Amino acid sequence: MVVRENFENSLQELQVKMEEMTQLTVESLEKSFDALKTQDVELALRVIEEDNEIDDLEEEINQLAIWLMVKEQPVARDLRKIIGAIKISSEVERIADFGVNIAKATIKIGNGDSLINKTSLEAMKEVCITMLNKALKSFFDENMALAKEVGDMDDEVDEYSDETYKQLTGHLCERQEETNQLVQLLFVNRYLERTADHITNIAESAAYLIKGRKYDLN
Amino acid sequence: MNTTVIDRKTATDKSANTTEQQTKIAVKDLNLFYGEKQALFDVSIDIKEKEVTALIGPSGCGKSTFLRTLNRMNDLIDGVKINGKMVIDGEDIYQSNDVIKLRTKVGMVFQKPNLFPMSIYDNVAYGPRMQGIKNKAELNKIVEESLRGAAIWDEVKDRLKSSALGLSGGQQQRVCIARAIAMKPEVILMDEPTSALDPISTLKVEELIASMKKEYTIVIVTHNMQQAARVSDKTAFFLNGEIIEFDETNKIFSMPSDQRTEDYVTGRFG
Ligand SMILES: Nc1ncnc2c1ncn2[C@@H]1O[C@H](COP(=O)(O)OP(=O)(O)OP(=O)(O)O)[C@@H](O)[C@H]1O
Ligand SMILES: [Mg+2]
Repeated sequence: MVVRENFENSLQELQVKMEEMTQLTVESLEKSFDALKTQDVELALRVIEEDNEIDDLEEEINQLAIWLMVKEQPVARDLRKIIGAIKISSEVERIADFGVNIAKATIKIGNGDSLINKTSLEAMKEVCITMLNKALKSFFDENMALAKEVGDMDDEVDEYSDETYKQLTGHLCERQEETNQLVQLLFVNRYLERTADHITNIAESAAYLIKGRKYDLN
Repeated sequence: MNTTVIDRKTATDKSANTTEQQTKIAVKDLNLFYGEKQALFDVSIDIKEKEVTALIGPSGCGKSTFLRTLNRMNDLIDGVKINGKMVIDGEDIYQSNDVIKLRTKVGMVFQKPNLFPMSIYDNVAYGPRMQGIKNKAELNKIVEESLRGAAIWDEVKDRLKSSALGLSGGQQQRVCIARAIAMKPEVILMDEPTSALDPISTLKVEELIASMKKEYTIVIVTHNMQQAARVSDKTAFFLNGEIIEFDETNKIFSMPSDQRTEDYVTGRFG
């Protein structure tokens, strides 16, 4: 006999919404980055517009989580799972905002030669997306090893970020006419570095679900 | 109504109570048989003074049976055999013959209010009178103190002489608690004391329990997980006559060690 079948279904529904939100956020990062690379202002505007959907999903996840707490009075692992859903969705929402920020940087850069290939930004974005998928998987599968891998990858992003910072500030002296673009790329560098930090927080929520206590992955 | 507010405060204070209390009741390898059928298996538990200990577990797992061993109520049932140690205040209660003294020290409140068909006053004064107290002023004092202690004084002080059975279920249960308090017990056992009460009366009794632990050691059986979480300091999870896990209530409901406890508190079985 399956006890609490409805509750299990609701927890499943919560997971589906989180997966959907994550998927949209990954797309937001990919698209904003494509826009940045190809200086496609239209695409950048679309990223900004589509962010609403992600905000709405966060709201839906919160509403469902609160209702489950009221209705099911969850304890132990169930409670940690629901708290995790609330915390993680707010992290994912912040990450999607970085996608929006990158899109806005694209608009500010406008036309001209893209200097992005002279940086490690693309590699950073790739690592971030892998991290994000891994962090969510570690939460859903309650896989501690994956959560730890996310922590390690955060160090990787930090290294890329330092490297990129040096590359960009180096160009600042040489190519003064590109100051605007270089400053925007410095911002993008910062956004990606912060993205990785927020993803690490997600992995920490996974660790909390698994271990039942705070676990520092930084 | 002020009392409710104060009681709320005590209820939240329990987490701050970190100082380790003295052991009041030490149970070691207790086995109990109803005839051939064993109902408790090697139960060992240390119950601390002035703490609330909750007993949880599925129906038939032996919670009531265990609770009754604490004041030898099982002695009244034919064919019950008990072995093991049950030490209260350093004395093995099954080695002593003074059951009256034991039941004075260890009072009990049952699932359904079981007031006698007499006035509120006489119900509460019943025990003290049986103990030989006749002085009117002294009895008055005990009755008032006990009813106050059970957070029911204000509601009944003007009708002490009317029948106790005219009270609501929640009021009756608090008078039952007053009746237990009137015996000046040190330990109070409660077997699902709120299962027959409405939510508001239930909360009043819970707040009462939280405030009572300043003076009494309380052991409570409950099927309501949230109630155990709200009122108790420690929780013991019983399954098939055994204690599977006994720990801080906080731990039992946030991070139990045993998978069976986890399955039970999260409602996956039982
Ligand atoms: N007087 C009795 N004679 C024989 N068996 C009994 C007696 N009382 C209880 N039992 C048996 O002992 C076991 C434990 O019963 P107990 O009443 O202690 O369970 P419980 O945990 O209090 O259950 P519930 O939550 O339903 O009150 C059960 O199998 C029950 O059938
Ligand atoms: Mg029972």
